[in-house]
Amino acid sequence: MNFLQSVGQATLALLGRWGHGALFFLELLRAVPASLRRFGLVVTQIHAIGNRSLVIILASGLSVGFVLALQMYYALSTYGAAESLGLIVNLALVRELGPVVAALLFAGRAGTSLTAEIGLMKAGEQIAAMELMAIDPKVRVLAPRFLGGIISMPLLAALFSTIGILGAYVVAVLLIGIDSGNFWSIQQNGVDVWRDVGNGVVKSIVFGVICTAVALYQGFETEATPEGVAYATTRTVVTASLGVLAMDFVLTALMFSTP
Amino acid sequence: MSDTPFIDIDHVTFGYDSRRIILNDISLQFARGKVTAVLGGSGCGKTTLLRLIGGVHAPNSGRVVFDGEVVNASDKLQLFRLRRRLGMLFQFGALFTDLSVFDNVAFPLREMSDLPEPLIRHIVLMKLNAVGLRGAAHLRISEVSGGMARRVALARAIALDPELIMYDEPFAGLDLVSMGVAAKLIRTLTDVTGATTLLISHDVPQCMAISDHVVLLATGGRVVAQGTPAELMDSADPEVRQFVRGEPDGPVKFHYPARAVADDFGPGASA
Repeated sequence: MNFLQSVGQATLALLGRWGHGALFFLELLRAVPASLRRFGLVVTQIHAIGNRSLVIILASGLSVGFVLALQMYYALSTYGAAESLGLIVNLALVRELGPVVAALLFAGRAGTSLTAEIGLMKAGEQIAAMELMAIDPKVRVLAPRFLGGIISMPLLAALFSTIGILGAYVVAVLLIGIDSGNFWSIQQNGVDVWRDVGNGVVKSIVFGVICTAVALYQGFETEATPEGVAYATTRTVVTASLGVLAMDFVLTALMFSTP
Repeated sequence: MSDTPFIDIDHVTFGYDSRRIILNDISLQFARGKVTAVLGGSGCGKTTLLRLIGGVHAPNSGRVVFDGEVVNASDKLQLFRLRRRLGMLFQFGALFTDLSVFDNVAFPLREMSDLPEPLIRHIVLMKLNAVGLRGAAHLRISEVSGGMARRVALARAIALDPELIMYDEPFAGLDLVSMGVAAKLIRTLTDVTGATTLLISHDVPQCMAISDHVVLLATGGRVVAQGTPAELMDSADPEVRQFVRGEPDGPVKFHYPARAVADDFGPGASA
């Protein structure tokens, strides 16, 4: 009976947290139209969230492009298919690595920053002050950040993929000596704009929603203490990363289930 | 109409959880256009009382009536309508650290009104001048001292000339000169604008000097006494006398309940 009770309590608590999160998400969506009317706030957030994530995104994209080209060359040259390197690197980046790795980096860089910022605003009673001024913090503070994250994420993923392909070009063409025309033409022939690039963009938009919503929720619901903010930032990275990985599997299964 | 209280706390009981009651069946009335000070030791529910009036929390039982309208913490539209009529100075300022002094005071004006920017500039500088910080308008919040930050928060609280102004510890962290100026400003604002003022503080002399009515709360959310400052100062009630005179011995114990001193420090030890 005790075991059953504890399982029941844990299940109820979990469902309660999910329900609370879902309600928060709905309220966030409801606040979006009002914040669209003040797009200047969103632009400020695109700068704060997106522009300041550029260094880590570009450095990681370049590094992934270098390594991917080297690894693919070793594997493909065994079968005499080294000329396919450009296509494989492109598809890997545009379909998977660009959206997923950029989202994981985004959760670590911008997500934690958002959680800490909102959490500290709550600890400093700035959120309460806004509420008592009859200003809805979800409209004034959360929704512009939410939109900023959703807009920034696909742009960052596109930059990650682009710089990754350029990195692969440096290794494959300039260092290994694969023909430059072949490197680009095989991509031109093998990559479909809607199926490959378009689906990658859709994925990164969904990941932007997950990362930003999780970060804002954790910040807004954090216990207003230094420990509370520290735990909330950690939960942001863990929850957003797991959410991205799980959703990536679902989206890949839906988007690329047929050859 | 003017005889009806602006704020009516009607048999309110509130606790953050069922085991810890902060306010226990209290009834208070705050008169329109008067300065009412709520005094009491730490943890007696003074700040909670302000939050209930602002609709941040809903009472477990009883009702909070704001100018004839019951504050309903779950009706967001009604709450926001009522909150447009109040200003609050938070205990720790609650200033927006990413904005300058000027922008903090301008924040409610920009968010809640359609006033043109030149007019907002005039209003902000007037409010800052009232708290002696017109020259600090360009500074960032990280560049002002704790006392100055509280004065900025005071200027922000009065930016929209609210009908009800709630001050949570307005004198904490202020030097003697600033404290006197702040107290005089609170009194003047009430007299000039006709606003209802609710003041929470530990500072007995300042509160007694500027208040029309004083309420003394005790731990456990109990109203010990209320009346004019003179009535409380002359009160024979030992609990009131201890608080207003700051006496260490009396009905209010300094020590948190604990087992006998000898149990912790050994036989022969005494407090």
